[in-house]
Amino acid sequence: MSLRTWLAGSPFWPMLRKEFIQMRRDRLTLALMVGVPAIQLLLFGFAIQTEVRHLPTIVLDEARTSESRALVAALENTDDFRITGYVASRDELRRRIVRGDAQAAVVIPPDFATDLARNRSAAAQVIVDAADPMASSSAMQGAAQAGIARAQAILRARGAPPLPLEVSVRPWFNPTLRSATYIVPGIIGVLLSMTMVIITSIAVVRERERGTLEQLIVTPITRASLMLGKIVPFIIVGYVQITVVLVLGKLVFDVPLRGSLPFLYAVSLPFIVASLGIGLILSTFVATQSQAMQLGFLFLLPNILLSGFMFPRQAMPALAQWLGAALPLTYFLELLRGILLKDAGAADLWRPTVALVAFAVALVTAATLKFHKSLD
Amino acid sequence: MAVAHAPAAGTDAIIETRGLRKAFGSLVAVDDLDLRVPRGEVFGLLGSNGSGKTTTIRMLCGLLEPTAGTARVAGLDVVREPEAVRRRIGYMSQKFGLYDDLTVLENLRFYAGLYGLRGAALEARVAEQLAELGLGERAGQLTGTLSGGWKQRIALACATSHRPALLFLDEPTAGVDPASRQRFWEHIAALAAAGTSVLVTTHYMDEAARCQRLVLLARGRLIADGTPAAILAQFGEPTLEAVFIRLQREAGAA
Repeated sequence: MSLRTWLAGSPFWPMLRKEFIQMRRDRLTLALMVGVPAIQLLLFGFAIQTEVRHLPTIVLDEARTSESRALVAALENTDDFRITGYVASRDELRRRIVRGDAQAAVVIPPDFATDLARNRSAAAQVIVDAADPMASSSAMQGAAQAGIARAQAILRARGAPPLPLEVSVRPWFNPTLRSATYIVPGIIGVLLSMTMVIITSIAVVRERERGTLEQLIVTPITRASLMLGKIVPFIIVGYVQITVVLVLGKLVFDVPLRGSLPFLYAVSLPFIVASLGIGLILSTFVATQSQAMQLGFLFLLPNILLSGFMFPRQAMPALAQWLGAALPLTYFLELLRGILLKDAGAADLWRPTVALVAFAVALVTAATLKFHKSLD
Repeated sequence: MAVAHAPAAGTDAIIETRGLRKAFGSLVAVDDLDLRVPRGEVFGLLGSNGSGKTTTIRMLCGLLEPTAGTARVAGLDVVREPEAVRRRIGYMSQKFGLYDDLTVLENLRFYAGLYGLRGAALEARVAEQLAELGLGERAGQLTGTLSGGWKQRIALACATSHRPALLFLDEPTAGVDPASRQRFWEHIAALAAAGTSVLVTTHYMDEAARCQRLVLLARGRLIADGTPAAILAQFGEPTLEAVFIRLQREAGAA
């Protein structure tokens, strides 16, 4: 038998055809597969804004001079602070921060202007509510920058020489430090892990629940044909989802698409296949569709937390980093961000690419071995 | 009559098991079963729920692996050559195994395709089956919208698209109305007359009477076998129902 007649006679083709007919007929699921990426993108994109600007700020200005007002103006110009009011005492300042009316305060002591006039170093203080470190971090940086800027302006006015040393910081790839730029490429990865893992495990478990899997097993279909017929349609769904997120990410969040899109689509394949393999493996552990759903979400949690999607992996303890290194998503995120934000190519990103291909091969092999053609 | 059907030792058994056993943990579902089903007969496997009928059928189809013993189906070992066995058998369970979200035509084409039919041969076989079913214009209807009787006959068509030598029917008429049952059995008789061997499980005694040979199981063990007439004579009971209840009671007391 030649390869061609063997291929044409393979039970893979009727299986594939059947999957497409069922997918086309299940309009709700089809709509969800496209609608969910859009909804997730908007939710994550708008909700995850780690940089907090315009922190409500109160001022205790005990100097009441033009110099003190200039410092307050310099702070407000950083856009990290929004002056919401003035207080008259330290007690009132403390009360308003505790109550949450204000999250930052500027304190300028009475001798601020006189110190300046006498060429002594004048002291001012910015108090930040750091109970939420994420909310306060950019305010702390902003305060230090505003202080330096003010000091330089005063030196210039006095005709003094410039500062002997200046370090300038250039934030590459995301100069305005927007979190959407960082988060949106990650959403592609998280979304694919979620839908690919859950829909494949549900698709297999549904066949088991309805008794059709039993019927399939008694036909001469091979394990490989059964698995491939199940996953190929979902690969197409995966590509549709990637495209939806990329287009919406560009239109709504102006996320840059700097690198090669063909390269991005190419490296997505091993990730999609790896995720489908995980879904198939999960399906062998569960008996019902709702169990499949729960197990799918359980799997999603470490993916969101340990892959570097939201939290930098460098900050994690060694164990968490090791766990993260065992997730395909970690490598896919590296690829997505590298390609989309840094225009990195295959030469820069061969390591995560190789890792993903290895995951895909290993997981699909494991799924095929785990899935016995029996009901034991 | 009984003598005519007595199995001659040798190769013309379509199913032959030796010491077949299946245990799920500490529960023994089938225990030391020796079964011999002659080719070309309608063979009935009787027993109450939990007697081991379904487990036996599943082992013979390669759906479950036996814990011990051997089973040969169509001359092939079910554990060593499961794929070759699957090409020679058809299987229909009480769940029917049809896709409710496919039309009748799509279900028929799908299963015919899995059994290796392609192109013109596939279309010819499916057209023939549709004509036999007499579904007419309802061939394009979603299978889920049809009655149990229709589904049962479509499932039978799907299970026999490759004209198997042996057909397994696991409680095929559960939950189907009497008229459909009658029609179904006429169809089975026609298949058997054309040379297909049939192994059927049931707990309807009128259906058991239609079989040429019966085996009664209780608690995973064979408790009686023979033609329906021979079994009646052996136990001196007027009906199979009475034999069944008596054996059931004795097995339960043991």
